[in-house]
Amino acid sequence: MTESVNKPRTTAELPLRAHSPEVSAARARRWGSFFYAEQVLRVMRNYGWSVILYSVGQPVAYLFAMGVGLASLVDANSAAAFGGVSYLEFVAPALLVSAAVMTASGEFSYPVMDGFKWRRVFYGPHASPLIPEQIASGHIMASSLRFLLQSVVYFVVVAMFGASPSPWGWVSAIVATVAALSFGLPLMAYAASIKQDKGQFALVQRFIVMPLFLFSGTFFPLDTLPIAVRWIGWISPVWHGTELGRVFTYGMDHNPLLTITHVVFLLVTATVGWVLVRRQFVKRMGS
Amino acid sequence: MASHKSVGATSLLRVHNEAIRSATPTESPQSGFDMNRPLVISARNLTKAYGDLTAVDNISFDVPAGESFGLLGPNGAGKSTTMKMIGGVSQRTSGTLNIMGLDPESHGPEVRAHLGVVPQQDNLDEELKVRENLIVYGRYFGLPLSYLRPKADELLEFAQLTDKANSKVDALSGGMKRRLTIARSLINEPRILLLDEPTTGLDPQARHILWDRLFRLKESGVTLILTTHYMDEAEQLCDRLIVVDKGRIMAEGSPAALIREHSSREVLELRFGSERNATIGVELQGIGERLETLPDRVLVYAHDGEAALEQVTARGLHPLTSLVRRSSLEDVFLRLTGRSLVD
Repeated sequence: MTESVNKPRTTAELPLRAHSPEVSAARARRWGSFFYAEQVLRVMRNYGWSVILYSVGQPVAYLFAMGVGLASLVDANSAAAFGGVSYLEFVAPALLVSAAVMTASGEFSYPVMDGFKWRRVFYGPHASPLIPEQIASGHIMASSLRFLLQSVVYFVVVAMFGASPSPWGWVSAIVATVAALSFGLPLMAYAASIKQDKGQFALVQRFIVMPLFLFSGTFFPLDTLPIAVRWIGWISPVWHGTELGRVFTYGMDHNPLLTITHVVFLLVTATVGWVLVRRQFVKRMGS
Repeated sequence: MASHKSVGATSLLRVHNEAIRSATPTESPQSGFDMNRPLVISARNLTKAYGDLTAVDNISFDVPAGESFGLLGPNGAGKSTTMKMIGGVSQRTSGTLNIMGLDPESHGPEVRAHLGVVPQQDNLDEELKVRENLIVYGRYFGLPLSYLRPKADELLEFAQLTDKANSKVDALSGGMKRRLTIARSLINEPRILLLDEPTTGLDPQARHILWDRLFRLKESGVTLILTTHYMDEAEQLCDRLIVVDKGRIMAEGSPAALIREHSSREVLELRFGSERNATIGVELQGIGERLETLPDRVLVYAHDGEAALEQVTARGLHPLTSLVRRSSLEDVFLRLTGRSLVD
């Protein structure tokens, strides 16, 4: 800085000054969750292309295989079994919701372990004015944005396949995001409680995510299953999300009370999950 | 920072070493506790227990603004736990703690907004680029990008990482990561910097570069709170320190005062071979002010090391190697606890 001592200074050359600690603290108290969400989104930007390819590629592949290939057989044999709509229309909202839930099972498991244990990335912001609840919320907010963007892209592909005849079909992208949180937040609370990685997340994928995907009225109506396994659907965010999605994409004939039940189930599980996540983060980081 | 460009790390350290040497015989005006400066940290009867284990046991200390204050002790002494309580990320079991007049437990964000923190383990965002790590961290303080972009460049220059600005963090060496962590901790221009074992695991050259950077911060008036188990680091950087062991304060003062109080001026190190050190230790009785027999060597504490060595040879004892050196904090720790700092 000695170089500029003898010449007049312009505004741009004046020494940089950070705002006061009081301002930092006030801003962090108010916007801290957003500040951390920004970090998560910046990290996601690094693998942005794979997020986009996944968001577009997955619906195209699934809709083509299920909705076009399999549907040609299904529609020829049992057109009435799916409430009077084509198999493609029946399966599209289920695939949309399932995709969001599967993405959530990724975003809310390994990265949480990474934050606490592997690379300990949560402890950097923890030493700044941010509090554990904000770090949790920031991660959730950034992930939710990812689910929403992915679901919107998915819905656009669904619409291009002609699988969403209702003008309210776009709401299914929001439903898928909420379903992802309904499943993902309790998982995140669990992930935040794990101290040792013993392959728990692989078990979650195989014994929770996959059965939910298969037995949540995704590929066939839930009531075609034996009553003994139908409960899997009842406790499944995938089923509640899928049924709600169907109401919006093709106006599925549905008991309004049941529709409200789906909404309540998804919101309550997501809210309880969020509370548990915050509690777990505080416990883990503030001992 | 540009004004320091021409001053190499080694010349700056030389100046500093001379300052330490000249401070040894008489108390430096900066090294004692200065009551005139406002306190930035004040701890009273600070205690932290994890179940049956008391990690920090009833310690009290004050740190005035601008001081470089050290916590010196072996691993497990409770240094990091104390640092976490100062940063308000670990709740104390009892006692009171004030940082800039605030209790970090009830005013965590307000206290941490004043601090820069360099943790023991680096926790950089490995997936972000070097420069982006600084910018993202600054965002946590609500700092605008118009400030953060030029500030990040300034700090990269300070940390000698300008040419790595667009590299991924995992491409950096251990010393570079440490410097980046220090640069990151300065993004909010903190007046208090907490450094938990800043140079552990680094090679000597990387340590010297880091010490130079920290010394510059100290010169600019930043209060440094530093934990270390390296006595040379404590001697280089600390105006005043507390020696901690098993969660308790064993001694407090400037490095020079501690050495004067708890050790002799010089130390004669004698090696007679691992088999013979213990038996010969008995034969050395009466030489110097005090003897310390370790498995690998015998330490003779004396005002004049050379004179002590002459007495040893006069007794017909001929060590394999002998060395006369000034007393260090290592000797202070050995005297106070009966153990060495690095086990």
